[in-house]
Amino acid sequence: MNRALRYSWISLGREWRAGELRILALALVIAVAAVTSVSFFTDRVQRAMSLQATELLGADLSITSPQPIPGEFAREARERGLDTARYVSFPSVVVAGDDSELAELKAVSDGWPLRGTARVSEALFGEEQETRSVPGSGEAWVEARLLQLLELSVGDSLEVGEISLSITRVLTYEPDRGGDLFQLAPRLMLNVEDLEATGLIVPGSRVNHRFLVAGDEAAINRYREWASAELAENQRLETVADAQPALRNAIARGEQFLSLAALVAVLLAGGAVAVAARHYSDRQSDTSAVMRCLGASRRFVLQVFTLRLLWLALLASTVGLVLGFAAQGVLAWLLSGWFATELPLPSLWPVFTGMGVGLITALGFGLPALLRIGQVPPLRVLRRDLGAPPPAMWLVLGLAMLTLGVLLLWQAGDVRLAGFVLGGAAVTVAVLWLAALLLVKALTPLRSRGGVALRFGLANLSRRGALSAVQLSAFGLGIMALLLLALVRVDLLSEWEGSLPEGAPNHFMINVQPDQVEPLQALFERHGMERPEYYPMIRGRLSAMNDAPVRPEDYTNPRAERLVTREFNLSFAGDLQPGNRVVAGQWWDPEDPEPGFSVEEGLAETLGIELGDVLEFSIAGERVRAPVTNLRGVEWDSFNVNFFVLSSPGVLEDFPATYITSFHMDEAGQRMLTEAVRQFPSITVLDVRALMQQVRDIIDRASLAVEYVFLFTLAAGVTVLFAAIHATRDLRRRESAVLRTLGASRKQILAGLLAEFMVMGALAGLLASAGASAVGIVLAREIFDLPYTVNPVLWLAGVGGGALGVGLAGWLGARSVLRQPPLLTLRQVG
Amino acid sequence: MVSHSPAPVVSASGIVKSVMGPAGRLSILKGVDLHVAPAEAVAILGASGSGKSTLLGLLAGLDLPSGGEVRLLDQDLGRLSEDARAGLRAGRVGFVFQSFQLLPALTALENVMLTLELSGHEGDARAGAREALEQVGLGPRLDHYPSQLSGGEQQRVAIARAFAAHPQVLFADEPTGNLDQQTGDQIIQLLFNLKSAYGTALVLVTHDPDLASRCERRYRITDGVLGAA
Repeated sequence: MNRALRYSWISLGREWRAGELRILALALVIAVAAVTSVSFFTDRVQRAMSLQATELLGADLSITSPQPIPGEFAREARERGLDTARYVSFPSVVVAGDDSELAELKAVSDGWPLRGTARVSEALFGEEQETRSVPGSGEAWVEARLLQLLELSVGDSLEVGEISLSITRVLTYEPDRGGDLFQLAPRLMLNVEDLEATGLIVPGSRVNHRFLVAGDEAAINRYREWASAELAENQRLETVADAQPALRNAIARGEQFLSLAALVAVLLAGGAVAVAARHYSDRQSDTSAVMRCLGASRRFVLQVFTLRLLWLALLASTVGLVLGFAAQGVLAWLLSGWFATELPLPSLWPVFTGMGVGLITALGFGLPALLRIGQVPPLRVLRRDLGAPPPAMWLVLGLAMLTLGVLLLWQAGDVRLAGFVLGGAAVTVAVLWLAALLLVKALTPLRSRGGVALRFGLANLSRRGALSAVQLSAFGLGIMALLLLALVRVDLLSEWEGSLPEGAPNHFMINVQPDQVEPLQALFERHGMERPEYYPMIRGRLSAMNDAPVRPEDYTNPRAERLVTREFNLSFAGDLQPGNRVVAGQWWDPEDPEPGFSVEEGLAETLGIELGDVLEFSIAGERVRAPVTNLRGVEWDSFNVNFFVLSSPGVLEDFPATYITSFHMDEAGQRMLTEAVRQFPSITVLDVRALMQQVRDIIDRASLAVEYVFLFTLAAGVTVLFAAIHATRDLRRRESAVLRTLGASRKQILAGLLAEFMVMGALAGLLASAGASAVGIVLAREIFDLPYTVNPVLWLAGVGGGALGVGLAGWLGARSVLRQPPLLTLRQVG
Repeated sequence: MVSHSPAPVVSASGIVKSVMGPAGRLSILKGVDLHVAPAEAVAILGASGSGKSTLLGLLAGLDLPSGGEVRLLDQDLGRLSEDARAGLRAGRVGFVFQSFQLLPALTALENVMLTLELSGHEGDARAGAREALEQVGLGPRLDHYPSQLSGGEQQRVAIARAFAAHPQVLFADEPTGNLDQQTGDQIIQLLFNLKSAYGTALVLVTHDPDLASRCERRYRITDGVLGAA
């Protein structure tokens, strides 16, 4: 073993120059870099999550409610020697001069946060420092984004409801905000003592009251037992253990997705390893025969070659790790907006992951070819025609599938998902391969036309049909992923925006008090705007269905769980609203209605509500029961005001209601808005365009991150190409030497090479464009219900980009064929 | 059995080799007998395709005959596995080929060292390899790779490799086939000098009668049958 170890090592440096090992190493570097860039990044996220587990809550235990939390919870906690604090959060529009912006207000009491530390700076982008205090009365701490939006700086003041607050700090970190994946509006923090004076909290306001407790574990556990029994229906108790499950799920899914995307690169890199290893073992047949002839056992020969592969895998994985670490920085930067805090440094785990992926890929894809080296008969030293038998197809495919399966299982951590992806990958590759094979076959008639160069290039493509098909599939897959993310996504989004009617409402106004409706209408009129329609809104929680209590834990669907935890916005109506249609049951007679509920069909499906079910809502402490008399389909993207649940007239009228409206407003209407917010501070205005822009920013970032990971896939595709070019290099050299001896110019041969690779790239682009279009159409029709016409730019980008990219890569890889004089080539290869 | 002559190092009795070709069974060797005594030089002449390389491969245990018995260094090759035959060759059988067959990834010194180490050579393989290379006049080129050496120099490395472990038998397959006349002569001189110095038996396959004439016994293989030349 020692001898084998030494020989494998000393010969590695030399073999490195031979080329096959370089391609093998390149493929492994890319595979390891792809996987580790993702796993370094996710490791940092996970570490951030666990470091922050208590910070996420800002306490050891919290109670949340849309209503103020009764004082007995605080009294009991203090009697038990626990620390307490509270805050109230809700969205509201704040005003500075003529500008207004939606902000997420958070009114905190002294002591907040009980766990973790907030950080602030004295000026915009100033030096960050920890703080144990909270904003004083009359003060506001705001996030940098709000300062930028309103063009304010520290020291200026802004209007929050009926009071004016002076901005004293820039809020840079808020421990219990880490959970807000989608931070739609910037934060404004004020003292809870100022809250009442703002006049923003009125009956029906959508606010979140949170009561925080911290202390030693035993006391917290006892308090928890006591409080759980005291909880009212609309109060929820959370501890660190169950904080933010939604965020955890979202992050876990994101991680899985990125890991799988990285594995596609590993799969392709594995293909390159297989091609390079096969060619390598062919070229090493002589070495093996000589060693056997000199008395080496088969075992020794195998040890030398296997160890050499392991050395190479180890070195390549190390390089891949370094690259992966550098690359994760870009991922972290792309997705930094999602995390309220700076990510900690990664642990050492990804190093093992990277090494593991490198070794597994090298062995799984390279070993079948290398094992043949031991089977080279020693007689080859006398008879050159004797070689090793080709590796058994079942061994190559079986080991490759097994390897992929192991990697998938490891990275996805889920047997079903791994099986699904493996099956999906196999089918996709098979379909791509078949399509590619047909395309290559279709080229054959073209060979009788066109110039010498094109003919020569096409001949090369179809002669190596199977290998060409593998390369086509690799490029097709990579290009398809990029097309989907870069073009189809954008097309779908603009298709959707284009489908919105002209003059559709682009603003919502909520929290309008009944006595504010008339003066508001007058304001609209004064500014020459149409008077919008107002709808009553009553908040209630779904408490029972057919007399059985509704509990979140009865639902497995996370959306359903969320829906039954929160309060619904209920409304009542005599007539069916425009954009609504009854899909089951009967709409009630507006003149003489029976009590009943009308439920939106999607919600009904999610919660399992059927026609005739008796729903019970808990509204301001009272219970309201009525049967479901019809189900409605709703055009949500009309941006009209719509409700999941409506009641017939006479059911909800007696409950306190606020009003909601939506309207279309152009730039000129901004002054009306500012005036409305000044006059009625408790009204919240939502700008649909701004919200959509923010959602789009988030999607853009996420897609960029995925595209970025798919770049590794393309790079792996290029190594497959290089491996294939290298495997055919001697043949190409001989051909080009023969052609040049026969009088072909360098230019003609170069043109032939270019033609071969550009046609391959164009075909891959064609495959990719077809795939991306198909996916786009299916998504548009089946999921988004949109008309979708395939963008010609998609085909142009796919085919053109493929031809140029693959053409260039192929030319770079193959141009060495022409470097030496034909005589030398004929001598060397012959 | 008592014999006055020493036991042969290579001995073939009635060996037959046939392969399946496109036109049915093809007999390459049709009952060949050959015995080589220690330190003896035997030449096998033959036109290309006459089966002389096949015979060499069988004698060296690189392949097994379809019939008959081959004994190498007093071992019946037919009873040994391929690995055991390789183990038998290690250090005790040397080879010189027409196409040199050096390992391209190793330097001249490492090529020679490999043989010594495979033979379980006691002592310093590096020193032994250096000495062998100095013997063939390549002392200044120890760290050159095969591709950096001329054909003649490569064949010298091959000779150093073949003799480094002081083998009992050396098989040479057209050792001058890829060299010009003058270089070839020098190589042959070197080969025979070392053969005499170490008392190695030599089985030389060639189509060159001049080269064959330097051996003590000469055979010609014609149509799969061995006869005196």
